[in-house]
Amino acid sequence: MTVGLAHYLAVAAILFTIGVFGIFVNRKNIIVILMSVELILLAVNINLVAFSAYLHDITGQIFAMFVLTVAAAEAAVGLAILVTFFRNRGDIAVDDVSVMKG
Amino acid sequence: MLINLALAYPELLLAVSALVLLVAGAFNPKATDVIGAFAVLSLAGAAAISAFGPHGVAFSGSLKADAAAGYAGVAIYLASAAAIPLGGNWFARKGAPAFEFPVLIVLAALGMGMMVSAGDLIALYIGIELQSLALYVLAAMYRDDLRASEAGLKYFVLGALSSGMLLYGSSLIYGFAGSTRFEDIAAAVHQGAHTGVLFGLIFLMCGLAFKVSAAPFHMWTPDVYEGAPTPVVGFFAGAPKLAAMVLFARVLYECFPGAISQWRQILIILGLTSIAVGAFAGLNQSNLKRLWAYSSIANVGYAILGLAAGTAEGVHAMLVFMVLYIVDVTGFFACLTALSRQGKAMETIEDMAGLFKEQPGIALAMTAFSLSALGLPPFSGFFAKYFVFKAAISLGDPMLTGAAIAGLVGSVVAAFYYLRLLRSMWFEAPTSATDKPPVDAKAIAIGAALFTFPVVLGALHLIDVQASLAAAAFGLK
Repeated sequence: MTVGLAHYLAVAAILFTIGVFGIFVNRKNIIVILMSVELILLAVNINLVAFSAYLHDITGQIFAMFVLTVAAAEAAVGLAILVTFFRNRGDIAVDDVSVMKG
Repeated sequence: MLINLALAYPELLLAVSALVLLVAGAFNPKATDVIGAFAVLSLAGAAAISAFGPHGVAFSGSLKADAAAGYAGVAIYLASAAAIPLGGNWFARKGAPAFEFPVLIVLAALGMGMMVSAGDLIALYIGIELQSLALYVLAAMYRDDLRASEAGLKYFVLGALSSGMLLYGSSLIYGFAGSTRFEDIAAAVHQGAHTGVLFGLIFLMCGLAFKVSAAPFHMWTPDVYEGAPTPVVGFFAGAPKLAAMVLFARVLYECFPGAISQWRQILIILGLTSIAVGAFAGLNQSNLKRLWAYSSIANVGYAILGLAAGTAEGVHAMLVFMVLYIVDVTGFFACLTALSRQGKAMETIEDMAGLFKEQPGIALAMTAFSLSALGLPPFSGFFAKYFVFKAAISLGDPMLTGAAIAGLVGSVVAAFYYLRLLRSMWFEAPTSATDKPPVDAKAIAIGAALFTFPVVLGALHLIDVQASLAAAAFGLK
């Protein structure tokens, strides 16, 4: 059996779904949410690189490089916000992020 | 010539000034006012360049400096410039002056400038992320406040999720259409989108709907608006929405003009649910920041209806609507920034009791903004909604006409909460004395109120003509 485009797309779709579920179903820790976000972005990268190889077109790989860079910046900003939240709250459990409701 | 730097001058100016101001601030952290003044100057410069600069396509089609980018650019840069004194002085009054604030606003404006002139999925993504990352930090910037950091955290998590969806959609579009450039995608789908591309388009639209806070992707809006610092919310609610709406128009009209029958229904549903959620969920809110979050959801719904028309008239209506709405919402949040009782911010409808006796100027301004958001003539919001409804009905499409009628009903429902605010301000007795409002916030509030009426009657001619030119840039009939 050869591994074709469809296999890569399936893996990416599964990773993407796990990432989205990780954000909504997870009730414990905000760090897990950050990991889920990374998972989503990595799923996108698999998609981009697989399409790039399939289409013999370099744009997808360039796009993937941009996504990697932005993902790093995004993780930095997210962790910084998480630190300020921890300083004010003393905890980073998901259930605690609920001062505002309505 | 493929690389024409002259077309990117507004963005280059902002990028260079953000970096220079950041380094200057790192060496002189106390010089907040000077850095703020330079940031305002560079934003004004960028607005002037995008108004009068050359038009064309640069970077192999990634950057499009056309009339639409110019129109949106001017509005975005001016709204960002107004946010700098408003927010900078607010942070200074709270005892936490930060030179990073103007720098972040400039970076957000740079991202928005890239969004409105994107001609490629990569440029689209970079623009959105540059804007969003700056906005996440701005929301959480008042570090000692639990609600602000919670708002920042929620905004970050849901914003990152929406970026992920948008990106997943982009990757599918790239794969099934074979290119990231809008023109090439349009050529690939001119017969209507097949399943793969359609999947990608739907993910992309979900991501963009998050960014404009259209229902059912609006859940972050009320919490973020309530928790984030008031002047920052005034900025959030205005310019980024315009940028995202213009980007929405670019994606739909430049990438997928062939699939209009497929995306029009999605847009109508997005618009109608936004109007309904904005009108009904706003009814039992007493916090004014939350209330205006729902009001902004409803207003985005009207703008989306304009977009759904799929004609130049519809895009024109959306562009006029968003610019008039920016003035409205900036002014309203400037009023909230200006008001406090014994040092405590006034944020609920009950807090506003008797405001007219205490602060007649600000009470009049808030009345103007509320009536304008409600869409009552002769305020600017009436003209905004008039254009949208006219565009939606003139098409003769039964679904869109029905949506416009439902939108009118939504306005009537929303009237309840605007009028409740007015009753509180005008007819109830004040509970205690309000503090003297700061000059900058009051000046911006009164200026915006004067724009809502009567300046808009004159300015509308200019906005109308410019928006027509901008709508024509999308190549529609």
